[in-house]
Amino acid sequence: MATIDQAPGAAVTASRTREAGPRASGRVPLYLLLVLLSLFFLFPVVFMLVSSLKPDDQIFQDLGSGAAFLPVGELSLDNYAGVFDRVPAIRFLLNSVFVTVVTVLLGLFVNSLAGFALSRMEWRGRKLILALVIATLIIPFETVALPMVYWVAKLPWLEFEGLRPVIEQGWLNSYQVQILPFVANAFSIFLFAQYFGSIPRSLDEAARVDGCGWFRIYRKVVVPLSGPVFATVAILTFLPVWNSYLWPLMVVQEESKRPVMIGVQYFNQLTPAWGETMAYSTLITIPVLVVFLSFQRAFVRSIAASGVKG
Amino acid sequence: MTARPGTSPGRSRTHARAIERRSAWAFVTPALFLLMLFLGVPALLALGLSFTNARLISPNAPEFTGLENYVRAFTSDPVFLRSLLNTFYFAAVVVPVQAGLGLALALLVNQRIRGVNIFRTVFFLPVVTSMVVVSILWTFMYQEDGLINSMLSRMTGGLVEGTAWLQQPSTAMPAIIILSVWQGVGFHMVIWLAGLQTIPAELYEAATVDGAGAWQRFRNVTWPGLRPTLVFVLVTITIAAFGLFVQIDVMTRGGPLDSTTTIIFHAVRKGFREQEVGYGAALSLIFFVLVLIVSLIQRRLTRENT
Repeated sequence: MATIDQAPGAAVTASRTREAGPRASGRVPLYLLLVLLSLFFLFPVVFMLVSSLKPDDQIFQDLGSGAAFLPVGELSLDNYAGVFDRVPAIRFLLNSVFVTVVTVLLGLFVNSLAGFALSRMEWRGRKLILALVIATLIIPFETVALPMVYWVAKLPWLEFEGLRPVIEQGWLNSYQVQILPFVANAFSIFLFAQYFGSIPRSLDEAARVDGCGWFRIYRKVVVPLSGPVFATVAILTFLPVWNSYLWPLMVVQEESKRPVMIGVQYFNQLTPAWGETMAYSTLITIPVLVVFLSFQRAFVRSIAASGVKG
Repeated sequence: MTARPGTSPGRSRTHARAIERRSAWAFVTPALFLLMLFLGVPALLALGLSFTNARLISPNAPEFTGLENYVRAFTSDPVFLRSLLNTFYFAAVVVPVQAGLGLALALLVNQRIRGVNIFRTVFFLPVVTSMVVVSILWTFMYQEDGLINSMLSRMTGGLVEGTAWLQQPSTAMPAIIILSVWQGVGFHMVIWLAGLQTIPAELYEAATVDGAGAWQRFRNVTWPGLRPTLVFVLVTITIAAFGLFVQIDVMTRGGPLDSTTTIIFHAVRKGFREQEVGYGAALSLIFFVLVLIVSLIQRRLTRENT
């Protein structure tokens, strides 16, 4: 099993020494191929960005030439203004940001704590629980999605009307229905347990001699040494929650709680204006692209880490 | 907790054990509780509901109907059979194409050349773009008067007249396959790259000393070393392909003429949109059995090799 804490940069350097680079004569066709492939992977995204700045008639006029990919002609932010006029797009963005941030933070805490107990503490039942958690990895979300709609529609929730607590029935159209089902994650627990297991146990013993309780050992000894695995789990949680579609499609009908992906799809169905649809799509893609480009290494390492599954 | 003065070492050790046990349970309980609530219960519910005629919102309690839902799926629901067929068609093309292209890209960007990191980033970019956005974008490009047709016409000097790709039963699924591979291949390129880097450098050196050419090195060193990665890549693509939903829901809603309806799309249509959650649960379980079969095959393949 590959170690997950390996920096991709280090691995790359290792591989560089093993295979000799192609000879200079072979490089031109190689670069040509790489550039062609890049065009294939980039053209839809560039087309989206550029079209979001053009009025519809110009988008169609430019289709036949390279102008489709260039910010030329009549450029403006009118499409973006149009989106904000038509739907509460900011509200949807804030909903998604809130749901994503809370899910990631709660997930990091709950799963790392479980991973800690499962890898660094001695207790009866540890192996059984670990095996059970890993066994649940085989259940795909799509299998439980429909029954879960039926289930969350019946769950109670405590609301406050002023100061008076009221028990409400049903979680549909709420934030918690978008957050709580995705907090505990068997794969995250597994990644934490694996990483924590690789930290020397003698550190815990030393802390215990000093009179530390287990939670202090978790917080003061293990967490500070585990930056990479926290980054990995954060990224592996962030992407699917931000991009989630099937689940909110079924459990969030109200506009006030709607996340961005549902928002853009409704917008797409209701609006014939492609420029505005491209503006909306750009708007919800940019945050992820910014996060990705700033944390590229961690992203790639996270994806590679998911390869140890199974 | 350390031994307190005045207690025997034996007692304090038992005491410490008890504290360790209690703390451990306190640490795993939140995660276990949530997993039970949002995975355990729904999984059991899926099984239970699949033997009933439960509706999503109904004043009547569900009635036990035995295997009726399963019989219905395979004997009197032609759209479900079509969905199975479409899903297999999608998987049969996407799995080899995406795995193969992913490996080719990984080999390309695993070379010692300048700027290779930029190409890696570019190939990976679609992976972080949401499938909803990708689907909307490609729907626009696939229109009869859209970008794809203008480009085709221009590149061939007007020889190729495109069609409305998503409106033809024969072209809708291939069109969806293309964008799915475009979006997902970068993910598997990264997995392949990680696999390539597990192969010890000495093996390549030894092969080179023995006078092996590039192809022989690939055939005898790289490829055998990639066996575990291969199994993982094939299984993850297959399971993801079986779950095909977003592209269908956004782009075609199963049409035209049911040519793109899939297992999960049909399960959601029946179980959610038409509120027949009992039947939807049965379809979800059929999907689960398919995934289980693929996973069991994976386990066998991995065992044989270790």
